[in-house]
Amino acid sequence: MTQKHKAIALISGGLDSMLAVRVLQEQGIEIEGINFYTGFCIEGHTQAIRNQDKEKQKRNNALWVAEQLGIKLHIVDVIQEYKDVLLNPKYGYGTNMNPCLDCKIFMVNKAIQWVKENHESGFDFIITGEVIGQRPMSQRMHTMPIIAKESGADDLLLRPLCAKNLPATKPELEGWVDREQLHGFSGRGRKPQMALAEKYGFTGYASPAGGCCILTDKNYSAKLLDLWDGRGNRDYEMDDIMLLKVGRHLRPKGNYKLIIARDAGESQYLEDYRRDYSSIQAINHNGPLAIIDGDIAPEDVEYAASIVARYGQGRDVGDIEMSYSVPGQLMETLHITALSSEQVLKDWHV
Amino acid sequence: MSSYELDARRMLCPMPVIKTQNKVKELTVGDILGVICTDPGALSDIPAWARINGHEVIDTVEKEGEVIITIVVKS
Repeated sequence: MTQKHKAIALISGGLDSMLAVRVLQEQGIEIEGINFYTGFCIEGHTQAIRNQDKEKQKRNNALWVAEQLGIKLHIVDVIQEYKDVLLNPKYGYGTNMNPCLDCKIFMVNKAIQWVKENHESGFDFIITGEVIGQRPMSQRMHTMPIIAKESGADDLLLRPLCAKNLPATKPELEGWVDREQLHGFSGRGRKPQMALAEKYGFTGYASPAGGCCILTDKNYSAKLLDLWDGRGNRDYEMDDIMLLKVGRHLRPKGNYKLIIARDAGESQYLEDYRRDYSSIQAINHNGPLAIIDGDIAPEDVEYAASIVARYGQGRDVGDIEMSYSVPGQLMETLHITALSSEQVLKDWHV
Repeated sequence: MSSYELDARRMLCPMPVIKTQNKVKELTVGDILGVICTDPGALSDIPAWARINGHEVIDTVEKEGEVIITIVVKS
C-alpha cells in the first residue's frame, strides 16, 4: 500500500466500534471518529443528576474511546433531524421505541453528509462496529445490505468485525485493506470481542452487552408514549426527552403530569425548569420539587399538591404549606393534607 | 489573539462539548475560550475533547455550582 487511505468511523462509545477502528489502524488506515447525539444517548452525566449516582464515573464513552484509540472525534448534534427517524421509522420499532434499523441508516448517511460538508480532504470509506446477529433488529445478515444501500454508502461501508461474512467491499477489492486480516464475528456472544479487546490491551471499556440508546429501555419508552398520549400529538422537544429521564412521573389526569424529584439532586436539576413550567414544593417541610407538564385545571392544583406532599417529610402532618408557582406570576401558598399511600394510585405511575 | 466566552449553562453533556467544538471551529490559533457549564461532567469531557483535538485547557474553576473551563485553541 503506497497511498495512506482514510476512513471515518461511527463511534458509539461501546466496545465494537472501538475494536473496528483498532483492526483497521493495525493496517495503517488513518481514522477519525464521528458520534451522533440524538438526545436519547445514555450518558453517565444524566444519571449523575441523582444523589445516589454522584460518585459514579463521569465520562463520555465516545470521547474516552477516541482518546484510547488516539483518533479525533467529531460529535454532531442531530436532535432535530432525529425526530423524523423516531417518529416515522420506515422499518418500524424494536421491542420498545427503538427504531434501530432506520437509526443505523440515518447515521451512516449522516456521516457521509457530514464529511461532504465539513471535511476538506474527505474520507475513502466508512466503518462501523456492526456484527451480524449482535442486535436483533439492526444487525442481521439481511439488514447489512439494506443499511449500505439506503444510507448511500453502498460498497464503501466496511464492517471490520464481520467483513468475512459479507461480500467484499470496495476497500477490500481495491486492496486498501487486507480482507484476510478482518474478522468473521457473528451472533450475540461477546467472547470474540472480549478476546480481541484483551489482545489489544483494552480495559475499562463500557459494558460490552449494553446498548447506548435509552429508547431500548422499556420504562423510558412507556414514558415517551405517555407524553404523546397526554399531548395528543407525537412530537417532542429536547426538554421533554431530558425530563423523561428525571424524577417519578405520575399522571393523575389526562391533561397534566407531575414530575416529582426523587432526591435533592433531581430537585436541583428540576429547579432550572421552573422558569418554563408550573411547580409545586413544600414550604414548611422538606420535600421534593415537582414540576407540572401539561395544562392543569385550577381546581386540580390542590389535589396535585396533596400528591406531591406524599413524597415529602410532612406527609403525616395534617396541614402542610405548599407553594404553587406559575412562571411569570406571584407564588401561591396552598394548605393541604398529603394523600395516603393508598390514595396515590398505581395506575398514575407512568 | 482574542478571548471569548461560551455559555453552556443548563446543558447536559455532551451538549457543552458540542457547543465548545462548534465555537472553536470559528476561532483561530491562540484564541482563548472560556466555557461556563453547570453539568459537572463537563469537567472531564471538555478536557478530554481538547486533548483529542489538540487544544490546551489552561484553567478549570468550580464555583457556586458552575464550572468554567478555559481553552487555548491550538490547531
